[in-house]
Amino acid sequence: MSQSPPPGKPRKLTRGEWLVIAAPAAWIALFFLAPFALIVKISLSQPTQARPPYEPVFDLTNGVVAKLAQLGFDAYRGLAADSLYLDSYLSSLGIAGAATLISLLIAYPFALAIARAPRRWRPLLIGLAVAPFWTSFLIRVYAWIALLKDEGFINHALMWLGLIDAPLPLFATRGAVVIGIVYSYLPFMLLPLYAAIEGQDPSLREAAADLGASPAAVFLRVTLPLSRRGIIAGALLVFIPAVGEFVIPDLLGGSDTLMIGRSLWNDFFANRDWPAACAAAVTLLALLLVPILFFERAQMREGQR
Amino acid sequence: MSARLLRNATLVLGFAFLYGPIAILTAMSFNASRLVTVWGGFSTKWYAALAHDERMLQAAGVSLSAAALSALIATVNGVLAAVALARFRAFRGRSLFAGALYAPLVLPEVVFGLGLLLVFVALDVERGFVTLVLAHAAFTMCFATVMIHAALKDCDPTLEEAAADLGATPFRAFLLVTLPLIAPSVVSAYLLAFTLSLDDFVIASFTTGPGATTLPMRIYSQVRLGVSPEVNAISTLLLGFVALILTASALLTRGRAKGGGAG
Repeated sequence: MSQSPPPGKPRKLTRGEWLVIAAPAAWIALFFLAPFALIVKISLSQPTQARPPYEPVFDLTNGVVAKLAQLGFDAYRGLAADSLYLDSYLSSLGIAGAATLISLLIAYPFALAIARAPRRWRPLLIGLAVAPFWTSFLIRVYAWIALLKDEGFINHALMWLGLIDAPLPLFATRGAVVIGIVYSYLPFMLLPLYAAIEGQDPSLREAAADLGASPAAVFLRVTLPLSRRGIIAGALLVFIPAVGEFVIPDLLGGSDTLMIGRSLWNDFFANRDWPAACAAAVTLLALLLVPILFFERAQMREGQR
Repeated sequence: MSARLLRNATLVLGFAFLYGPIAILTAMSFNASRLVTVWGGFSTKWYAALAHDERMLQAAGVSLSAAALSALIATVNGVLAAVALARFRAFRGRSLFAGALYAPLVLPEVVFGLGLLLVFVALDVERGFVTLVLAHAAFTMCFATVMIHAALKDCDPTLEEAAADLGATPFRAFLLVTLPLIAPSVVSAYLLAFTLSLDDFVIASFTTGPGATTLPMRIYSQVRLGVSPEVNAISTLLLGFVALILTASALLTRGRAKGGGAG
């Protein structure tokens, strides 16, 4: 994503170039830009008992002015008034934040260990570490159900060892959701961290050690600061999808585990309140825009390096 | 010395965390007992049960054909989009084009699925297999484009220019010179799009109709009812299938690195 626009003033496309770009451009307009426009449009509408279940907006039969007057922010007001939604947003941010922090704490030593392994082993190790990411997402989440349930693997093992008498309530908790997110998105954290650590010049560490720094000081004052970009990239790659996550809270969380992706899903499929679902989607995007722009800037800086 | 020990211990723990749950799942698919925690002996009866589960097989068929078709559309579109990004230099609307192209990478799936559904509703298209394929082709396209774009950037444009100097049309030059050079990446992009489509649950739920239930949707509805050995079995089969695709992709990429793209 860090391609810098080639120098020169923007120009018109030639006819041959138009032929190449026509299909993907039309595709993008229809499936990326139109969906977003529709989401915004419907978020400004009111729900009705019809097919599709929302009042038409921008229907020009009555004139533009009359229609503009009808535009409603009711769905947004609903979001603000309904404490369920506010709680969902806060809870999503909390769960995504906790999951991001824990993945960083797990992935950093792991990435460090891979980056310090003998050179010829590194591609294999990082390949193995990322491979689970390509196996089915649903199945990886599902595997944790078998581990976390009351009669599941972890509780059974702990009871067999005599550490506990009754099963711990692990399943259907916010903790289970955090574990699920950490497990599912770990490769997203691992890859940028590994790239940032592996790319460091080892002579910098040697120089610090020669000047009398202890191994801990070398890590804290050389390795860690130099991997800052990897930390930022990894944190955002985990945080951004985690905020809107639906499958993990639905399968591992309890009925009280609120997350915005799940509330949106319920409004859409169960309550059939499309304007509310769309307003939730717009708000979610607005919420994510901050980290995304932050990410873009980090990428830009990377590109200038 | 202790640093090395620490490093190896970290590696062992890390890989145990990553592969442990998957390994347990696979082992359980061969467990004769229905319970996760009781080993009832080795058995392949869940696989046999799966072979007779009509609805599961049908869902697998829908998933596989949707993945094959949508990945094809995504790859063709991805090649065209990557050529535009890598070769057209600065053109009007380039940042909009690139921005919209990469947007799905950071868009929450729920939002993307919702938006795609709204498009189909607005166009008054009946939801089913066709809308499923279109939606999957849309969201996998950006991943395909990223991969092919990376290969095109590494690919020397002077080769194409030389072909043009020798009288080839741009289209011929691309087809006979550039495309063979980036072929391994194009195949990898196809396989990536294929796996992403095969794995998707959220976007499929929004965009498909009652006639075209995908495998993840079927698994999901079973999982909600509780842990089931049959799902363990189908999960293991899927894991094996994806591992196969991955190995093929890795071999292809290695072939490019060694043979300079001659394959």
